[in-house]
Amino acid sequence: MPNNISDITLSARNLTRRFGEHLVIHDVSLELRRGEVLGLLGHNGAGKTTTMQMLTGCLSPNSGDIEICGINLLRQPELAKANLGYLPEAPPLYRELSVNQYLNFAARLRGMKYPAITEALEQAKRRCGLETVGKKIIGTLSKGYQQRVGIAQAIIHHPAVIVLDEPTIGLDPSQSREIRTLIRELGDTHSVILSTHLLSEVESVCDRVEIMQQGKLIYSDTSEHMRQHGSVSGFIVGLRNPPPLNILEGIAGISHVEPLTATKFRVLHKPEDNPKGALISLAEQQGWQLEQLTPLQATLEEVYVRITAPERSTGALSKDENP
Amino acid sequence: MIRLLALRELRSLFAMPSTWFMLAILQFIFTWFFLNTLQTFLELQPQLAQLANAPGVTTIVAVPLFNMVALLLMMLVPMFTMRLIAEERRNQSFALLLSAPLSIRHIVLGKFFGLLAFLVLLMTGVPLMIYTLSLGTHLDHGLILGNLLGLLLLTASYVSVGLYVSSLTAQPVIAAIGALAALAGLWLADIAASAENSHWHIISPLNHFQKFNAGLLDSSDVVFFVLFSVFFLLLTMRRISNNRIYG
Repeated sequence: MPNNISDITLSARNLTRRFGEHLVIHDVSLELRRGEVLGLLGHNGAGKTTTMQMLTGCLSPNSGDIEICGINLLRQPELAKANLGYLPEAPPLYRELSVNQYLNFAARLRGMKYPAITEALEQAKRRCGLETVGKKIIGTLSKGYQQRVGIAQAIIHHPAVIVLDEPTIGLDPSQSREIRTLIRELGDTHSVILSTHLLSEVESVCDRVEIMQQGKLIYSDTSEHMRQHGSVSGFIVGLRNPPPLNILEGIAGISHVEPLTATKFRVLHKPEDNPKGALISLAEQQGWQLEQLTPLQATLEEVYVRITAPERSTGALSKDENP
Repeated sequence: MIRLLALRELRSLFAMPSTWFMLAILQFIFTWFFLNTLQTFLELQPQLAQLANAPGVTTIVAVPLFNMVALLLMMLVPMFTMRLIAEERRNQSFALLLSAPLSIRHIVLGKFFGLLAFLVLLMTGVPLMIYTLSLGTHLDHGLILGNLLGLLLLTASYVSVGLYVSSLTAQPVIAAIGALAALAGLWLADIAASAENSHWHIISPLNHFQKFNAGLLDSSDVVFFVLFSVFFLLLTMRRISNNRIYG
């Protein structure tokens, strides 16, 4: 628990939201501190976007309270929203305006005044790599650049809280990497919440993770711990001339072997005991013709499974995770 | 803030080629109609000269022109109001306004005044054309000013209806058709109602404009337009705020 209350830039308590009869968000509480990047992880339809819409005042919760920098968003929306930058799922752009005109409008919309705007505009463009396209019409820019303009409008007024809804969706890998670097940078001075369904994004950018499933927060921890959940002790091994399954399972350290195809196997082992070396030397000695050896990456699904129901996952896994 | 939003609205309108195309076409129609009525007036002039208390050039040229502009507005305004909220919803740019430190009142009034200013610009050609006549003859300034005021109030009431319809949907085309149906419906109900004191006359903006058009400045007509516009603007604000509540 944080000791210094003023360091909390955003706090949401017991948010509930229903659409008609359907309960979409169920008792969600969040807290965000200054200089922290929080990842909201979940599948499509888990309620990430709805939560973000509520945090930014675009949607009212049925019950619950939201405070931004200590100001109640529901009672004093105009004051609270001045400390907020929001990039929705689709960047909220006026396609017929130029990048400069649009960012200028976004800055003035948040109550910035003139001499400050010029500087903020330059800084936002520099941070998002938009220096060369300032005069271009937004509608003519590529999707990646449009996404950057979307991020630029969210940060131009130096808000305390930045809410980014799937900021790297639809970008090519190098663009995503740049955006992630930018988010990491922003996280040092602002508070950032970002939603994503990519585990790797959370691992590389976020300090803390909240996992959402069917409108509930089911897991909350530092991304360091998350990584332990995310890394699977195992690999995929391809042997052109494989031995019977029980021989593979007999290798010291291997706890489980699952054949994927005739020549490919999913091998799980204990995290402290990596049988990779033994397997390679055996393959050489016995002529199994090793052709592939790839470490396993956990999917979001697997992490869910472990977090929500360790007893339901395979025996080997749960034993590994909960010794 | 309202001014900022209104200016953004104007800037976006003028950034689109279709706006300029519309401006050109409309100016062409206005001019064509103006020259046509002027021609009629010139043909009638010898006969008018024989009449005692004959109607002047303002009555014969300007009044029908204003009347035609008022009728055209009914079809024109929905084409512009459709974009106001429906398109922002469709492009998902509305979130920018909703998450900005603004009240819903700012958003609605900003859009309202932005489009109203644009439509005023669009119609400036009309009084300018009429005032070219003052080079050769005397004009009835009172009648012209009355008509201009009427036209402004009529436009405001149409824009408020269009804005409300636009706030109901995320499809600009539906917003345009809806607003056209509402405005044309009010007009048709007005002309179809034969009884002198029918309620349809009272709620039809065009009927109230007719009095301005005839040179009759009645404060109750002004009040009607103000109340009519305010009513729909309040409905729009309510609709947007409900949107936050009901999603």
